Amino acid sequence: MSLTLEDVARIALLSRIELSAAERETTRDQLNGILGFIEQLQAVDTTGIEPMAHAVDVVQRLRPDRITETDRRADFQALAPETEAGLYLVPRVVE
Amino acid sequence: MNWEVVIGLETHAQLRTQSKIFSGSSIAFGAEPNVQASAVDIALPGVLPVLNREAVVCAIKFGLAVGAKIAPRSVFARKNYFYPDLPKGYQISQFEIPVVLGGGLNIRVGAGETATEKFVHLTRAHLEEDAGKSLHEDFHGKTGIDLNRAGTPLLEIVTEPDMRSSAEAVAYAKALHALVQWIGICDGNMQEGSFRCDANVSVRPTGQKEFGTRREIKNLNSFRFMQQAIDFEVQWQINEIEEGRAIRQATVLFDPDSGETRSMRSKEDAHDYRYFPDPDLLPLEITADWIAEVKRGMPELPDAMTARFIVQYGLSAYDAAQLVATRDTARYFEDCAAAAGLENAKLCANWVMGELAARLNKEGLEIAAAPLSAQQLAGIIRRIADNTISNKIARDVFEALWAGDGKDADAVIEAKGWKQITDSGALEALVDEVLAANQKSVEEYRAGKEKAFNALVGQTMKATRGKANPQQVTDLLKKKLGA
Repeated sequence: MSLTLEDVARIALLSRIELSAAERETTRDQLNGILGFIEQLQAVDTTGIEPMAHAVDVVQRLRPDRITETDRRADFQALAPETEAGLYLVPRVVE
Repeated sequence: MNWEVVIGLETHAQLRTQSKIFSGSSIAFGAEPNVQASAVDIALPGVLPVLNREAVVCAIKFGLAVGAKIAPRSVFARKNYFYPDLPKGYQISQFEIPVVLGGGLNIRVGAGETATEKFVHLTRAHLEEDAGKSLHEDFHGKTGIDLNRAGTPLLEIVTEPDMRSSAEAVAYAKALHALVQWIGICDGNMQEGSFRCDANVSVRPTGQKEFGTRREIKNLNSFRFMQQAIDFEVQWQINEIEEGRAIRQATVLFDPDSGETRSMRSKEDAHDYRYFPDPDLLPLEITADWIAEVKRGMPELPDAMTARFIVQYGLSAYDAAQLVATRDTARYFEDCAAAAGLENAKLCANWVMGELAARLNKEGLEIAAAPLSAQQLAGIIRRIADNTISNKIARDVFEALWAGDGKDADAVIEAKGWKQITDSGALEALVDEVLAANQKSVEEYRAGKEKAFNALVGQTMKATRGKANPQQVTDLLKKKLGA
């Protein structure tokens, strides 16, 4: 499998990344390189082996249901480009 | 042409935990914007989610309540989409292996003794996190983001396309709404968004095997809107097809003001979520021991309780189902029947569903807040049963106790002198007086006017100020009049 320039444009749109025509070509070549590695992996015969959801074979540790976080809004909002009335402001989104 | 409607529902139930599904922030409703949004919730780089045990317990309870399979191992996945109320760029959800598989709910469609029953199959239920809120007004052309809700635990409950009318869809939604509250995993508050439904709706010619193309109505937050939205959507789809236009798969919104559904996005620009297992979270393991432990802490379920009420109290299926509408109603009834005696259970049921329900409804109160306790109501019922008071006087006693006027039925009856006249000598004297004073009615009755007899009963009851047993009065009058 290899990606076309149109595939790259679609992935960029989904990821909200703007790519120039030249970047699109570089990105396509880099992604196709990665897909090449995946093809090597897929060549391995895994018949009868149960797929894993994680590289490490352990299970999720659980947290007791307790409120441990405090209000750190002022710290966090000091990092934000724009805030008002406690809200983060972002370019208008309408759906 | 006849059309068949096909509906499947997806419901998001907000789980009743203290903290978020992957962080230790509070999920309390109504806080100042962003004060309950931690580094994990706002997706600062380098943070890691840690799963809340209680959210998993809620999922297990639900799985047990609907007779589903609880996956011994389930997997969290990233559902990718880009939207500012989801700052990670993905929602943590479950995709290939959800925590709850299959199961279903019995629903009753319609009211009264003509109601029909139906079993709605569930496909799955999975754990996921909620997104934040976007506020579009008043920020000089910008959108304000509040991330307090981001990371709130949700159980998304998905049905098979089993429902065939808006009435069935609403009956299912109501049954599910009652169940999640019954088992204590969701507060069911629809105004605050704790229980929201999406409806997948399609139509097909009656008899056709294949499903039609469906449209999904998003975010129905009341049962009334659900009914209206589905009814509108069904009619719209039928009209489109009958006018030769094909239905195109789409997501639509219901506008309560116009009563119409309108398209939000079509399939062509539907999100490509690119699900994959979240490398930040390991598989969730649920052992048989854990399931057994949760099961031991579960309350009796509504279906089992309904069946028990029918057998134990000799109630009709309809009465039993009414009483089992909420855990509080069922508890009130059982306390009342325990205090009034098993032989008076039917009378208890009638009073709980009748006088008490009407009065609570009128005052806008929940049964848990009733000023009249189950034991006080049982006190009234015992005095009806042993003929101390008539039904009419019983309602007066009910009012007095409701108003806090007296500690129990016996005290009220005593204080007001409402004891029914059972002394037949005293009653006979009264009847004689009434007959003497109403000669005209007596003559009319003797001349064959049945109505005149009722007037005499009325006069006697009035003379006793309602304290006589109407049956006893009738019998006495008939005897006196030689009928």
